[in-house]
Amino acid sequence: MSRILRHRAIVEDDWTLAVDTSATPSSADRWIVPLARWRAERDTLHAGALGVLLPNTEDVEALYPQIEASPVIALQFPIFTDGRALTQAVLLRNRLGYRGELRAVGDVVRDLVFWLGRCGFDALLPRPDQDLQACRQALDEIRLAYQPGADGQTPIWVRRRTGAPGATGSHTR
Amino acid sequence: MYRYDQTDRELLRQRTEQFRDQTRRYLAGELPEDDFRQLRLRNGLYQQRHAPMLRISVPYGLLGSAQLRAMAHVVRTYDKGYAHFTTRQNIQLNWPRLEQVPDLLAELAEVQLHSIQACGNDTRNITCDYLAGVAEDEQVDPRPYCELLRQFVALHPEFYWLPRKFKFGFSGATNDRAATRTNDAAVHVLRRGGAIGYRFFVGGGLGRLPMLGQEMNGFVPESDLLIYACAILRTFNRFGRRDNIHKARIKIVLREWGIERFRAAIETEYAKILASDEGEQLRLWPEDIARMAAHFSAPPYRPAHEAGADLEQPAAHEARFAAWLKRNVRAHKMPGYRVVFVSLKAPEQAPGDCTAEQFEALAALADAYSFGELRATYDQNLVLPDVAERDLHALWMRLEEARLATPNIGLTTDIVACPGLDFCGLANAGTIGVTHEIYRRFDSLEAQYDIGPIRITMSGCMNGCGHHSVGHIGILGVDKHGEEWYQVTLGGSPGNDAAIGERVGRALARSEIAEGIERLIHTYLELRSDEEETFLECYRRLGLAPFKARLYGTDTVADSEAEAA
Repeated sequence: MSRILRHRAIVEDDWTLAVDTSATPSSADRWIVPLARWRAERDTLHAGALGVLLPNTEDVEALYPQIEASPVIALQFPIFTDGRALTQAVLLRNRLGYRGELRAVGDVVRDLVFWLGRCGFDALLPRPDQDLQACRQALDEIRLAYQPGADGQTPIWVRRRTGAPGATGSHTR
Repeated sequence: MYRYDQTDRELLRQRTEQFRDQTRRYLAGELPEDDFRQLRLRNGLYQQRHAPMLRISVPYGLLGSAQLRAMAHVVRTYDKGYAHFTTRQNIQLNWPRLEQVPDLLAELAEVQLHSIQACGNDTRNITCDYLAGVAEDEQVDPRPYCELLRQFVALHPEFYWLPRKFKFGFSGATNDRAATRTNDAAVHVLRRGGAIGYRFFVGGGLGRLPMLGQEMNGFVPESDLLIYACAILRTFNRFGRRDNIHKARIKIVLREWGIERFRAAIETEYAKILASDEGEQLRLWPEDIARMAAHFSAPPYRPAHEAGADLEQPAAHEARFAAWLKRNVRAHKMPGYRVVFVSLKAPEQAPGDCTAEQFEALAALADAYSFGELRATYDQNLVLPDVAERDLHALWMRLEEARLATPNIGLTTDIVACPGLDFCGLANAGTIGVTHEIYRRFDSLEAQYDIGPIRITMSGCMNGCGHHSVGHIGILGVDKHGEEWYQVTLGGSPGNDAAIGERVGRALARSEIAEGIERLIHTYLELRSDEEETFLECYRRLGLAPFKARLYGTDTVADSEAEAA
């Protein structure tokens, strides 16, 4: 079982990323399966819990009514410089209101972690060669932000407003 | 100028430390070359021919005297005593050492300069009209909007890993002095009725397949600057191609989709943001804009009777001063004041280069004569924006001493060029040597004044940093079997009449190019309807044919080719 970063802590991963397999899970398994399989078999796979892995080209707004109850949505970084899943994450969190686990998988490297945290990912499965402790520290590499992400930071222009409550993370109107 | 507050300072400090740690890990062998490349690009470091090149963002082209002094210090301490101004109003150092760059950036951070997103596939430094705030034809000062957008896009988590670079250019005036439509997004700040808003163009870009931005929305309300920008960037991040670096700019999405589908995608995303909590967060309040605008308030101008002077009749023995007044000094919106252009195009100077001594001189002159401010122009010159007429003569003498008063703004020797093969790892051909050759052929000021306004632009490769596609005469260096050749385009323009130049024909050899340019100019001089008709007007009236005929005519160019054969 691999270890992941979840809610800023290093923990044993209690999910299996079931790609490239046609095996079936047992009722004790918690599986994340690719979208195509999830669509075809979600009612017949008797896993203990089922999450879904989306391609980074997927239109999450159109898909959302089907996946909103999924306890985990995993988004992919085929290479760490491909930022499409960052937009998927921000839309899932901010526009669609997804509150389940948002997991980054693929080429998840330490130097991507800060951006993932700001875009609302709360679970990261780093590339096997990555140092998890370093990844955890990278979440706080930069502790200020100008713009909103999906991490509750108040935009700078709002914080600077007369009588603004300051950098409390609350969203002022 | 914008003055950093505690948040700005602390954010930049943390960013610098982030890069320091990345550099340390790379040098210690903990970070692979390919991974580090992506990180250093986003901190302005580009691998060049001899050394890393460090690009320093000059936000919307604005520099203060403290920044100029810091530049003088930095180029002496970390480089070879000079730096280069680019067509995006930025500054490049050619010879920094990687291990010293974090210290260099920390020093620059002390004076509000940074290299955040200066290179890489992200939102680049914003360019702007270099006469913002002082131009007679200005409708709205664009600088506060530039800074609001700069902060929005700086380290934006969603848009830090875009398919390709993304450039914004701003103008708030009737005349476009920032080549705005060559940018991925152009923002024209304007007034309609009593309201301020933005006309957005999207999909411009030079390099391969040069295109001019197309209008997306004729009037986005003032409150929605960040919302519309977000809609564009999100659309790009989702749909920009990532399978081919040469097809990854937003202009390719526009071309492949067609404007209707492309506009619908951006407008739909805009509407969705507006209708969501995100729209509420991103919407600027009048007080947000007013607070930012206060950073760019007018300096304490003296009344016209104190600042003004009679400039009509310089003394006869001061012909060079008179020429400078005519060529390098322009109108200012305030009576008694003028805008002064500082030419970075002296003979034998690489276009846009500036030495440590010149940085220092400029700092002193900005303090003495222009409220401590200077701007970088899109043409690789500089501007002292607020000079009292009665100071012009004293300023001119000091600019002359510093070799910064060549009276050639907008003329034949005011050549725009990228650093080319002498420095750049991407270049196919030299640029600096060619510019010197062209320069020598037209060094006489009388000849240049006869030719009148002309824009010669030159890039050492297809990427087009020298904006060859929008030169009246554009020169593109290409590599043919290890030799440097030059393609010529005619009729391009970056301004209100923006156009992409037309290729004349086969490329010219290194030995032919300067001669070829001279021929094109002589063709113009012979064919112009009168002395008032500019090169561009003449070309547009007559078309390519007569220029082409003369360029490849039966005389020396063809002869030299025959000799070579």
